[in-house]
Amino acid sequence: MAVATAPSAFPVAKQRSVGQSYFDLVKYRFKKNKLGVLGLILLVTLYVSFVALPEFIAPYQLENRSNFVEAPPTAIRFVDANGQFQAPFIYGLERKVDPVKRLRTWEINTDRKYPVRLFVQGDEYRLFGLFPMNIHLFGIEADQKEQRIFIMGADALGRDYFTRIMYGGRLSLMIGLIGQFLTLALGVTLGVISGYYGGAVDMFVQRFTEFLAAFPNIPLFMALSAAIPAFWSPIVVYFMLTLILAFLNWGGLARQVRGLILSLREREYALAAKSFGAKDRRIMFRHLMPGTMSHVIVIATLSIPGMILAETALSWLGLGLRPPLTSWGTLLQDAATVRAIRFTPWLLWVVPPILLTILTYNLLGDGLRDALDPYSGR
Amino acid sequence: MAEVAQNGKVDNLLLDVHGLKKYFPIQKGLLRRVVGYVKAVDDVSLYVREGETLGLVGESGCGKTTASRSIIRLYEPTAGQVLFKSRVLSPDGQPRMVNLLELNREQMTKVRQEIAMIFQDPINSLNPRMTVADIIAEPLVIHGKYQKGRSEEIIVNLLERVGLRADHLRRYPHEFSGGQRQRIGIARALALNPRLVLCDEPVSALDVSIQAQTLNLLQDLQKEFNLSYLFVAHDLSVVQHISDRVAVMYVGKVAEMAGAEELYANPLHPYTEALLSAVPKPDPLYKSERIIMQGDVADPAHPPSGCYFHPRCRYAVDRCKTEAPAFRELKPDHWVACHRAEELQLKGI
Ligand SMILES: Nc1ncnc2c1ncn2[C@@H]1O[C@H](COP(=O)(O)OP(=O)(O)OP(=O)(O)O)[C@@H](O)[C@H]1O
Ligand code: SF4
Ligand SMILES: [Mg+2]
Repeated sequence: MAVATAPSAFPVAKQRSVGQSYFDLVKYRFKKNKLGVLGLILLVTLYVSFVALPEFIAPYQLENRSNFVEAPPTAIRFVDANGQFQAPFIYGLERKVDPVKRLRTWEINTDRKYPVRLFVQGDEYRLFGLFPMNIHLFGIEADQKEQRIFIMGADALGRDYFTRIMYGGRLSLMIGLIGQFLTLALGVTLGVISGYYGGAVDMFVQRFTEFLAAFPNIPLFMALSAAIPAFWSPIVVYFMLTLILAFLNWGGLARQVRGLILSLREREYALAAKSFGAKDRRIMFRHLMPGTMSHVIVIATLSIPGMILAETALSWLGLGLRPPLTSWGTLLQDAATVRAIRFTPWLLWVVPPILLTILTYNLLGDGLRDALDPYSGR
Repeated sequence: MAEVAQNGKVDNLLLDVHGLKKYFPIQKGLLRRVVGYVKAVDDVSLYVREGETLGLVGESGCGKTTASRSIIRLYEPTAGQVLFKSRVLSPDGQPRMVNLLELNREQMTKVRQEIAMIFQDPINSLNPRMTVADIIAEPLVIHGKYQKGRSEEIIVNLLERVGLRADHLRRYPHEFSGGQRQRIGIARALALNPRLVLCDEPVSALDVSIQAQTLNLLQDLQKEFNLSYLFVAHDLSVVQHISDRVAVMYVGKVAEMAGAEELYANPLHPYTEALLSAVPKPDPLYKSERIIMQGDVADPAHPPSGCYFHPRCRYAVDRCKTEAPAFRELKPDHWVACHRAEELQLKGI
């Protein structure tokens, strides 16, 4: 964690750090939990698609605007107007203005057909930020001015909404991970110190976490967010937001770790280490902290969704990330107006990925808890 | 054995404890107000000579563990003096008596190389997440004495010396039996070449058949490495074979301390007599009544007045209820805390 532990005397032994047979047992028990395994597979898939590969999976670039303002989702068809079955294609869109309601609408023109292909050439991008590429997972081979494919519709600037959801996932999923990592570092370190030393240190940490827990969250968010100067670049704001989330969340974890340390502290192996002259730091972070890790992993897994939701909620309130940064939270901000729900309901497509992420984290967390908990009776 | 000096004590003391006290505060309420103390160790005096074994015996809860842990300041003692003949702390390498309770952190850490501890519970005293190699190496690592190759050799030798194999090095404690785990604990205790080993009931958690093996091992190691032991046990039969001298504890105090043979043959304290009467005799024809002590061991949070043993002592007189007996050297090297030690004719075995 945050504090370096003394190096292991035997490097070879270090490689099987948790204890091979314990680890094997955990693996075995985890594998028996089908939902947990499903959660793990889904989660890896989510992270690979949204964090590593959005440029490739999305057919366009994030800020690629068009004249297809608020175009509805494009239907991919297999049967043409004559009832003939064929390879997937879409019809062209044409803009119409309703003279009575003075509304702009989009209608399909069955004369123009565009086949949908895999691995088509399109916008230039760098894969993993390194390799220049222009191949996209799917798309149509047509001039972008003439026709585009919007599987989840387009927004008010004519940008492909599916593309935006793909890119938005990167920030939202990463804020959960980075935020949780910071929370872990803070919560575990302070929990271990608080539980080990007790006394005044413990008192202070305890009261402070109680203060954080008792304080209503939204006003606290607002106060802290207001403290972020408006002229800071969005990316700095992003990191500040991560820090704020971590800062607000470490308390619960610290309390749990403290409780575990209180019981582990009485184990004789901690006393034994002390009797041989081990310093407090070694006892805390080499002997006691590893005993809390399985617990911490489960808590961390189960609380990442909270982080992701918090970012979403904050951004939705206009307190978190700001355009041009695109996250699920900022997308939700666009979607959650009466006008949007009335005229562009497809903007709510951002909700399913959020729900799916939360669900997979919970599946994985439950699976891990059952596998790591020696008292679950299995 | 050692020569007895004029004052009755001897000149080659390794550990000399005077008036050691450890009171645990009893806290109540939100403000954690101290409402009293558990007098777990209340005025313990004893000494260990170089190369000998002092058995420390007493019923469960009488403060043996607390006393041995207070000696190396795993618990910070409330009062007293713990003199230890230290080599590492003397500038010229000549062993010199130091009071452990006056040492600063750094000095105390150094002295810990010379005093090792073996714990009662071999499961709990080994970190389940460390390999045997890491466990035995830990004292070396802590003191910056770990060297690749050389130390690994030392560790393998130690492991083989206590009866385990080199291929056990990469295993974890839970893969061993109780006796084997205690051997790992013993190997760890010897890693730094200590001079004094505090053994806190090292065999009482083991099977009877393994107890004898482990005791033999400890005795062999003592000769080989010139160790001194403070050997804690809860009944006299365990320490009988291994101890040169024995100290008997009752509710935080030492009741009697003497050479093993002397103590078993001529006990001077009624409590020792009662404990001896419970020791199984090898000769079935030897008739001895077992002394049944009335009542329970006194509660160290509310000890009785005067002599702590008086509610259970069958020789108690009025004086015992009011006045606490001093711990005094009645015969050379035979110490006792009883008002009536001179007059009583007690039965040994
Ligand atoms: N940390 C502590 N806080 C408060 N009281 C304690 C603490 N440790 C021990 N005691 C009390 O001190 C007394 C002596 O305990 P200790 O463990 O030293 O006895 P013991 O002679 O080693 O017993 P056993 O044979 O069961 O190991 C007991 O009454 C115990 O309840
Ligand atoms: S002092 Fe009195 S009560 Fe205490 S052991 Fe001696 S005779 Fe018994
Ligand atoms: Mg004990």
